[in-house]
Amino acid sequence: MAEDVAFKHIEKTSLIGKRIKKPDAPAKAIGKTRYINDMVLPQMLYGKILHAGRPHAEIISIDTSEAEKLAGVHLVITAKDTPDLKLGFVKDNAPLKSKVLCERDEVAAVAAESEAIAAAAIKLIKVSYKDLPGVFSAKDGLKKDAPQIQENFPGNKSLKFKFKHGDLAEAEAGSDIILDHVFNVHYVTHCCMGTSCAIADFDHNGKLTIYSQTQYPYNYKMDLAPALGIDPGDIRVIQPTTGGSFGAKLDVYPYEPVAAILAQKTGRPVKVLFDREEEFINSPTRQPAAIHLRTGCTSDGILTFRSADVLMDNGAYTSWGPTVPVIMMRTVSGHYRVPVIDFKAQAVYSNNAYAGSFRGYGNVQMTYATAQHMDMFAEELSEKHGMDPIEFHLKNAQKSGEVTPQKSYLRECVLAECLTTAAAASDYVNKHKTYTEACTEEGRYKRGIGLASSIHNAGGAKIHKSDGCGTILKMDDYARVTVITGASEIGQGIDAVISQIVSEELGVPPEHVTLVNNDSDIGPWDVGVHASRTTFIAGNGAKRAAIKAKKQILAAASKQANVTAEELDLRGGYVVQDKDGAAVIRLDRMLRQMHFQPTPDVVMVSDYYEPNSELEGKDHISDHSAAYSHAVHIAEVVVDTYTGEVKVEKVTMAQDVGRVINRMGLEAQMEGGLAFGLGFALSEEMIFEEGRLLNPSFRDYKVPTAPEMPEIEMHFIESDCEEGPYGAKGIAELPTIVIAPAIANAVYNATGIRFLNPPMSPEKVARAIWEKKQADS
Amino acid sequence: MSVKIKLDFTLNSRPVNIEVPAEMTVLNLLRDGLDLKGTKYACGEGECGACTIEVDGRTINSCLMMAVDLQGREVMTIEGMQEGHALHPMQQAFVDHGAVQCGFCMPGMIIQANYLVKQNPELTREEMKRGLEGNICRCTGYTKVLDAVAAVVGLNERRN
Repeated sequence: MAEDVAFKHIEKTSLIGKRIKKPDAPAKAIGKTRYINDMVLPQMLYGKILHAGRPHAEIISIDTSEAEKLAGVHLVITAKDTPDLKLGFVKDNAPLKSKVLCERDEVAAVAAESEAIAAAAIKLIKVSYKDLPGVFSAKDGLKKDAPQIQENFPGNKSLKFKFKHGDLAEAEAGSDIILDHVFNVHYVTHCCMGTSCAIADFDHNGKLTIYSQTQYPYNYKMDLAPALGIDPGDIRVIQPTTGGSFGAKLDVYPYEPVAAILAQKTGRPVKVLFDREEEFINSPTRQPAAIHLRTGCTSDGILTFRSADVLMDNGAYTSWGPTVPVIMMRTVSGHYRVPVIDFKAQAVYSNNAYAGSFRGYGNVQMTYATAQHMDMFAEELSEKHGMDPIEFHLKNAQKSGEVTPQKSYLRECVLAECLTTAAAASDYVNKHKTYTEACTEEGRYKRGIGLASSIHNAGGAKIHKSDGCGTILKMDDYARVTVITGASEIGQGIDAVISQIVSEELGVPPEHVTLVNNDSDIGPWDVGVHASRTTFIAGNGAKRAAIKAKKQILAAASKQANVTAEELDLRGGYVVQDKDGAAVIRLDRMLRQMHFQPTPDVVMVSDYYEPNSELEGKDHISDHSAAYSHAVHIAEVVVDTYTGEVKVEKVTMAQDVGRVINRMGLEAQMEGGLAFGLGFALSEEMIFEEGRLLNPSFRDYKVPTAPEMPEIEMHFIESDCEEGPYGAKGIAELPTIVIAPAIANAVYNATGIRFLNPPMSPEKVARAIWEKKQADS
Repeated sequence: MSVKIKLDFTLNSRPVNIEVPAEMTVLNLLRDGLDLKGTKYACGEGECGACTIEVDGRTINSCLMMAVDLQGREVMTIEGMQEGHALHPMQQAFVDHGAVQCGFCMPGMIIQANYLVKQNPELTREEMKRGLEGNICRCTGYTKVLDAVAAVVGLNERRN
């Protein structure tokens, strides 16, 4: 054995739960990282799209001759050049349009030698429109005389969802309190700091390379191919660093095939990049919804039923937005123990903007309703029956091993611990009582405290036939590890988590692990970064691959050391004796010895991890996630009753995280997720007038900035998920989901006013306070 | 054809002599003319702070300044903050405190944070919040950004 191992002992340590720095952070902090927005390819042309800017119209004619004559313009295309190309999972969309169905509709596109020339060319295209009467709400879309928006969808009816469980009439009869409200959840948008961008490049064998911000590179090919009339196998997706995504890039949107068509026809790479106004108008939104929620409860505080009737404005085309009822109904049937469920949802085509996927995916909308109903019950039961509000929540909180009516199996459930932890840490019960009493007193500033909770999938969501992720792991002769994973990185930090997990198993420093995950020609399949799934699914995959590699190394080492593989371990860059950490051989030497022998033994392993969840079926009865998680937020607010301004001073969060993996990344996701929910609750709102967005700028669409951020106190409850990597669960959406109703409940505590229609903007809050004063006096 | 104007200024401690179109913004000059793509476009109207740079020791949204106005001035972009290979202490603090996620807003945020600390080395957390109000970040919720700046300032006060 080599000399450097003599007397060397390495103790067993663990990185799990430690603070791991994001490997790509230094390059980003010094401005070296090239985002897709920064990329320039040789011979690249700039694409620009002419958007209709009107909600509903026939296109009478398009004259592109002036634009074509402009020096530097290579090509102008319209729908005539792209017949029969379809887009979207119900194929109701197209790269370029022959009829206008919404403001963002793509009417023509230009490829030119500079952005400036492309922008000038767009202005030279003359389109003659005949405006048509439009549909600007789901309700209007259902009217008998409503214009039909999509020719294949009579009555403007888009997607429809239904789930029933138990006898509703009986449950209603057995209820002492029935709450019945309509919550109108508004339009918000992602506002990724890096605006939407695609660069397309065809080679001379007809293969497309698309540089994309997509969150789902593998299924993306399947969705993009019919919009180009090519085989999905002829698409290579490269994912350069992207400036945020949050669900915005979980579908193919028209600018992507437009870039590809321009590239195909010009034979040059073409880049399409939105400016901020284009980004606001032409990006997906969060799915708005009118949620008619009815909930029943006994005077003992036991929930009896929930019935939700959801009406959604589909907009002109169907992206992922109107599929959110799949998650909404899990909240209706799983947010606390509810024995009887009646859920239905209908999406209706209109001439409005269309919604996509967005962090929280339907649960932001539904929890805004269900968590306010829980607060209303708690208040009434406290007033009439003296019930402690936390006791009410605890009575209905599920426990480990319970199964919801939709068959979500809550293997490890710590909702009760989340409730008691957050309530105790924030002194919720006392403060709530004090503020309730002070609510009717005179005074400009009113304090309030509000509690909300929710449930979300935390082990993926099997909405595709596979919810899996592939991993390929190799080690070189210097004990450096390369992990090729299907998982995408959009800023959330899977790079740190995978290097941490692999490092944990192989006993090498995290800096010695390189992640390769941005090229669909290299990476194995993955369903995409969404549904809070990546640490759980890709983390499990990386762990399993690393364990395979470790077994291979220890098997080889055991022969040399004349001990069994079980008696060995990998620590600190060495093969060691497991019992006392005595070094056996340096890991890089071991790898070289394995490599350079008559029968080479090189470490190259692969794994495909498929979670043990069930496919979300048409009946919506399946255990669709490998884990579920709960979170409780308690928000403390001060309401300025003169200006209507709501200041969130502190938020106490308790969340089931399964097990902390990267503590720093976890905190970062909690804080960032909370900021999203804060904007949704208080300030962000897309304002539409007859299908046109009136506030497409950061001036008029207010996202949270540093001064609005509250003090955050986090409690991580570790339920130790059996299926999750080291016990971890997915975590990134719950912080966005739970905060808004917690604020709404706090504002009620402060003012006595329920806000069923977010956002709780100063105008709206001041008006409601004024109206209440008028009514009271 | 646009009018071109000769321009001399100092960029990250080095002299620059260049001809620029009269209508070009500083942001476009940096990104397209000088290939300094660390300075980001995210709104183009001075609302988000992603394009923040230092001009004559003060921070500015480079999307709102015309390139011709750089005549004779000293400019520092994110690329000019490092000393050799080592990260500037502010950049290092952002890395160490997990303040970087997608990172798109970070060049502007770091330039602004560095400016604030230079102006007032004993900055409070409230003053940091005010000073960073013009820099939008969609990933972090700002908390770790404030932690990073606080670390540079040497504040050990509890989070507020």
